[in-house]
Amino acid sequence: MKQFQFTLFIAGESPRSQRAIANLKRIAQERLGGDYELTVVDVQQEPERAEEERILTTPTLVKRAPEPRRRVTGDLTNAEQVLIALSLLPEDL
Amino acid sequence: MASTIQRSRDGVEKVATGIPGFDIIAQGGLPAARATLVAGTAGSGKTVFVTNFLAAGIQHFAEGAVLVTFEDAPADIRKNMLSFGWDIAQWERESKWAFVDVSPEPNDEPAVVGSYDLGGLVSRIEHAVRKTKATRVALDSLNALFVKFSDPSLIRAELFRITTSLKEMGVTVLFTAERTQDYGAITQFGVEEFVADNVIILRNLLNEERRRRTIEILKFRGTTHERGETPFTVVERGIVMIPLTGLQLTQTSSTLRVTSGIPALDDMCGGGFFRDSVVLISGATGAGKTLLVTQFMNGGFNEGERSLLFAFEESRDQLFRNARAWGMDFDRAEKEGWLKVVNQYPHAMPMEDHLVRMRDVIADYEPQRLAVDSLSALERVFSLRSFREFIIGLTSTLKQQSITSLFTSTTPTLLGGGSVTEKHISTLTDSIILLRYVESLGMMRRSINVLKMRGSAHDAAFREFTIDGEGMHIGDPFRNVSGILTGNPHLVSVGNGADNGDRDD
Repeated sequence: MKQFQFTLFIAGESPRSQRAIANLKRIAQERLGGDYELTVVDVQQEPERAEEERILTTPTLVKRAPEPRRRVTGDLTNAEQVLIALSLLPEDL
Repeated sequence: MASTIQRSRDGVEKVATGIPGFDIIAQGGLPAARATLVAGTAGSGKTVFVTNFLAAGIQHFAEGAVLVTFEDAPADIRKNMLSFGWDIAQWERESKWAFVDVSPEPNDEPAVVGSYDLGGLVSRIEHAVRKTKATRVALDSLNALFVKFSDPSLIRAELFRITTSLKEMGVTVLFTAERTQDYGAITQFGVEEFVADNVIILRNLLNEERRRRTIEILKFRGTTHERGETPFTVVERGIVMIPLTGLQLTQTSSTLRVTSGIPALDDMCGGGFFRDSVVLISGATGAGKTLLVTQFMNGGFNEGERSLLFAFEESRDQLFRNARAWGMDFDRAEKEGWLKVVNQYPHAMPMEDHLVRMRDVIADYEPQRLAVDSLSALERVFSLRSFREFIIGLTSTLKQQSITSLFTSTTPTLLGGGSVTEKHISTLTDSIILLRYVESLGMMRRSINVLKMRGSAHDAAFREFTIDGEGMHIGDPFRNVSGILTGNPHLVSVGNGADNGDRDD
């Protein structure tokens, strides 16, 4: 199992969704050594997944592993802030 | 099942809400497939109102419902609303109802990095609507959204997207917003201008030291509605509005006469009371009002009319004992179902609740005649405005159902008459009968007069009456007494004195 487990909730194939996916992949590659697994959920296709996870805003990134579980919303433009929000800075790990 | 949607003359379709009274003030219901803002201060009844709208859709019209809750957790709502008989959990199992739970959870707030929208919420609402085939959706309340997200323009844009999408799906949308005060700006965030086709205001005011709930339809885009504030109350089965206009229009006027219970009084009235009339009896304490009420009831059940008495002053025992003393058998009439006596302490409830309860009893018992003894007892505990609204609301119900009605009113002074009660309701009653004391030659005597009898000739005389073990006996006119109405009766010379009102019993 990969060290970092993410689920990214997006709403359709919008530019914002694409940006969020690209930004996350870049952050994971550059800052987390690429040892990650990403599941993308389109809430328009799978609204019941959004209901289960109580997703309000999109894009929303959920870090499932490592513990603790954390969420961050937006198109993830700032790597530093994303890592802080997910408790994934080097000193957290 | 009857269709709930009706097209009004201006072409706007309206959906009957099923909330008692609301569809009257809304002249048919809420504009269908549109968005309506329900704004009000904390505790004004917003959540109950929108939940009532959803529940009534399921209960009366088999319409699915979705509640998007931003503040209260679904578990709390299920529990709270059960007291109104709305079994939401059961409806959820039957896929008639769905929650979209956006209520706060501890440590659940995601951090924000970059731009976002409410795509998750939109998809969840649409999913819930499809799942329940909902035609009614409520969002309660928007304030939480504005508090949660710092960018109001984003929320406005997203709300616009949500309502547009729902309207395209044929859904009638209600959303609530909290106001900081009962009068002033509609809402704190100015949402309504952007997303609402219609605006409804709920108020919970302090009026003469009493709480008073009202609803006002401020705006229905492109269609008509009643204007101004309408009182409402929250009772065991939900919200009940008390519309004060729009009811009278359907009333027919009967030429059919029924007995007052006293043949001589029937004669004075030109042949009895009109079937659908409201009669006011005015008199000082002890003047014979309750006797008249008792005979009116007796006259009803003897003729095979279900007779209903709302007693706000005398206890049940007292009323039955008095009736017995005057030779009338209330016990038997009640046992056989021709009489129903409802005793109520006037202080016990606000005006709206009294009215709703009385209407419930009327709907349940279906009386042909009804008496209220006395209105003055209610007048003392209601504000003036409430009292007048109560009378309008009650008489509307009585007229619609052609119930012959007798109200009593106590005058504040022994001699003469006139009371606040009368001032406020005399125009609403069809007939007025005065019971007045007459002091004459060292004796206190009693008089009865038909002051007003709408649509009929009547006896204009002040007649003397006496009370004995068989009730009221109406005799001859006081021909030689003047000034009864002003409370200053005095003897006047009438020439021959052949018919001077003095009688031997």
